[in-house]
Amino acid sequence: MFYRSVFPRDLLSELDRLQREMQQSYEFSPSIRGLARGGFPAMNVGNTPHSVEIYAFAPGIDPATIAVQLEKGVLTIAGERASVLPPREANATVHIEERFSGRFRRVVTLPDDADPNAVSAKYRDGVLHVSVQRRQAAQPRRISIE
Amino acid sequence: METTSEVARTQDAGTSAVQVKTGEEVRTLMPLVDIFEDSEGITVEADLPGVAKDRLNVQADRHRLIIEGDVVIDMPEGMEAQYADVQATRYARSFALSGELDAERTEASLKDGVLTVHIPKRSEFCPRKIEVRVS
Repeated sequence: MFYRSVFPRDLLSELDRLQREMQQSYEFSPSIRGLARGGFPAMNVGNTPHSVEIYAFAPGIDPATIAVQLEKGVLTIAGERASVLPPREANATVHIEERFSGRFRRVVTLPDDADPNAVSAKYRDGVLHVSVQRRQAAQPRRISIE
Repeated sequence: METTSEVARTQDAGTSAVQVKTGEEVRTLMPLVDIFEDSEGITVEADLPGVAKDRLNVQADRHRLIIEGDVVIDMPEGMEAQYADVQATRYARSFALSGELDAERTEASLKDGVLTVHIPKRSEFCPRKIEVRVS
């Protein structure tokens, strides 16, 4: 319930996603570096006064093979997901093929006060949760009046 | 976007029914799937990131396979959204089954947010090698 109110529905991003899916399925000359929004893994980013929270929805990946890198304020999540479909020569018919397979890489620009030395990452139920702490100095501080 | 009445689409094999729910906002995501078939049966792989085993519901009967799940993600208090690709907390999708599939022997497993459902074919529909005797 709480989650729903934190990430409210955003019509524009829905349209973006629809457009991306249409472009992907028809390969209608996409941008040379892909589109800014969307892609695999799907991502949610949230802020608290103390940290930046990044959620990457990347199911079916061995967490040991996911590379999470933070360099110069840019967080990169990269890895590879193998296809589960039977090989072409196998005597099987593929009816629906929607899931992403292959190498992926997504990049998030972090705010200036993100602390590269205080990053934690967890992988549970196919969701990678990266938490980056903000530096103390940047946090709002109450100044006492003498 | 705050709405008091929400039009929720339930994905139904072949047809898409539209139901109107008032009051509570109900949004569902359609999980992406891979489906393949061999001589033994049909296998469905569905991406359900964020769904734990106890929040997952898989039902199969003679006519239909239903996959439903709720996303549970732990979030720190006071978090504000900055960007969101995923804006719903519920996955739902259903598929019509055909008669040669034996839904009673359906097997399902969940690992790292990927659900695997295998529905075998009834034995009488499996190919059988007939031995030819020479007389």
